[in-house]
Amino acid sequence: MKVSIFVPCFIDQLYPQVAFNMVKVLQKAGCEVDYNANQTCCGQPAFNAGFYEDSKDICRKFLKDFKDTEYIVAPSASCVGFVKNNYSKLFENSSEGAEVNVLKEKIYEFTDFLVNVLKQEDFNAVFENKITYHDSCAALRECHIKKEPRALLDHVKGLELVEMNDVETCCGFGGSFAVKFEDISGAMADQKVNNALQTDAKYIVSTDMSCLMHIDGYAKKRQLPVKCLHIADVLASGW
Amino acid sequence: MAKKNDTLEYSKIDSRPGEPAFKARSSVKAKDIEHRRKINFNIGRYNAVVPVGKTQFYDLETARMMAKNKKWEAIEHLDRSLLQFEEELVKRGGEVIWAQDADEALANILEICKAVNCKTVVKSKSMVTEEIHLNAFLGQNGIDSIETDLGEYIQQLDEEPPYHIVTPAMHKSKEDVARLFANKLGTEPNLNPSQLTQIARYKLREKYVQAEVGVTGANFLIAETGSIALTENEGNGRLSAGFPKIHIAIVGIEKVIPKLEDLALFWPLLSTYGTGQFVTAYNSIISGPRQKNSEPDGPERMIVILLDNGRTKMLADAKTREAMFCIRCGSCLNACPIYKNIGGHAYGTTYSGPIGKVITPWLRGMPDYKHLSNSSSLCGNCTEVCPVKINIHELILNNRHEAVVRGESKLSERLAWKMWKVSSNSRALMNAGNGNLKNKVVGSLFKAWNKHHTPLEFAPKTFNQMWKEQHKN
Repeated sequence: MKVSIFVPCFIDQLYPQVAFNMVKVLQKAGCEVDYNANQTCCGQPAFNAGFYEDSKDICRKFLKDFKDTEYIVAPSASCVGFVKNNYSKLFENSSEGAEVNVLKEKIYEFTDFLVNVLKQEDFNAVFENKITYHDSCAALRECHIKKEPRALLDHVKGLELVEMNDVETCCGFGGSFAVKFEDISGAMADQKVNNALQTDAKYIVSTDMSCLMHIDGYAKKRQLPVKCLHIADVLASGW
Repeated sequence: MAKKNDTLEYSKIDSRPGEPAFKARSSVKAKDIEHRRKINFNIGRYNAVVPVGKTQFYDLETARMMAKNKKWEAIEHLDRSLLQFEEELVKRGGEVIWAQDADEALANILEICKAVNCKTVVKSKSMVTEEIHLNAFLGQNGIDSIETDLGEYIQQLDEEPPYHIVTPAMHKSKEDVARLFANKLGTEPNLNPSQLTQIARYKLREKYVQAEVGVTGANFLIAETGSIALTENEGNGRLSAGFPKIHIAIVGIEKVIPKLEDLALFWPLLSTYGTGQFVTAYNSIISGPRQKNSEPDGPERMIVILLDNGRTKMLADAKTREAMFCIRCGSCLNACPIYKNIGGHAYGTTYSGPIGKVITPWLRGMPDYKHLSNSSSLCGNCTEVCPVKINIHELILNNRHEAVVRGESKLSERLAWKMWKVSSNSRALMNAGNGNLKNKVVGSLFKAWNKHHTPLEFAPKTFNQMWKEQHKN
């Protein structure tokens, strides 16, 4: 099966190892991984700021870059949710509308793709740590992912998952929100990290590096004893 | 633009408009751990009972969709449904006043009060009366306006506006209330909640006897029968409406539902999402003043003031119109992680929380309130819990877009997105510079990030560069 990966802009720039680990897992699952090296961003940042027209130009580029693909897989529910749910609003009553309808059916968040398309949950990963799992808002409410990452983590040897309180509550990232209203965003991170610390977990794991970038930056600044890992990093461990 | 009634804001609570004032207030509350504890405790109690209330619905999702459709019907046909309401109410001797803004509503209320030489008004809980600052206005005109809902009475004693649209004193612990009563009423400082309630009841009963005018809001306007529907738990609403000689109901025009039978859906829905109850303890349908030949008691006049105050601006916008479906249950406030951090007063608006972020920029103007739409992480939990399925977080986002379309975004932000667009359109630019250089550029652009986070660390090379190096052939 040929899988075209989308590497979100911030993963491309800040966390390339997450994308490499996703590739590693997809290849182990038997996929032929394709990467169009022209790709950049899905267009979400400007859209969420209200700059729909600027966003639209980048969405057009995304449509072009992923035109001839079978499946598109990305390690970010946030980007995938945006493409699935908002492209059709941006391109309503336009010539790209039909293309968007095709696109949104073939793009998948990484864990969703593994569990629901490939129907594979066990990659012989080993990760001997206590972790807690953070449900990203985009995974929960944009992509309707809840059990998929947990099913995958359940097969990781040595991994103990302890659920935290208020696990479905937003971590407070929210893109530009985190820099426009940094104190509110910081207070939300504080509660998220406190809930995680109460589980005694060493790691917070999630489908979304954007949440983790925020949570991790907050925990590090306060030197709190918890680290963050993308689920692709966990699934690629130990083999 | 400052309107006359803006001078009537509560002096104790800072509610200055604009982003800097909002940021200052919200930053203080976000750090207030005791505030966080009280709110989490009180919302925790709400969260525990709502699932119980929901069990009364055989098919909750269908109920919510039906409610949304009913509100859609009423709002889409507002031109007819409001006239129908007026026609039916007038048939039974009621009066209807159409008020375009707060000043018009206040002037009408004052005229009604003066005609009977009114000294005391008893009122039940109503957010619309908060919106027009009725208590302060009447006070300035020598009329005592007494809140009779316990939570609102507490807030009035403390000279604070309601903190929450359903639970006005949610931010106060029972100890806080006992202290407040001791300070303001001279009671013993350690009274328990039922003792405090008895004292409030005793004080308020006197006021009912004195009051010449009773003021209420309405949870619903029933177009078919020309009735208002009141939902409450203390019986103070029906006393305020029924005991004084004159009953004034002030109601936003969006409160219409088409038919009487629709209450069978809306009353349980509002109760469950508002407080977790199946239905509230008191539910009244009031369809006019005392009918002279058939009713022994009741007010001699019943006047319904239909208030616009900016609502027709929302109505005119095809997307935002959906916000008028709101039944003011408060569930989006309780579900909002930002509300739980900054509390109800930090917003500086009558309607706080997610729905307040949607409607306030329309009611009070984008320039002073568009920042509220930006102060959201767009987590979507508000949309998930809305009983009438308003796409709240999408409307918040739509407000951001509206501000951009109206040219109200900052120049610096417009430039930043143009730069973003240029670089996101070019793979070469995305790969330009090394990690260290990017750290410096981004670090200087996002100073606010470094307040609560360690600085972002760009990888020495992008994924794109590394992939290309690995796949040269």
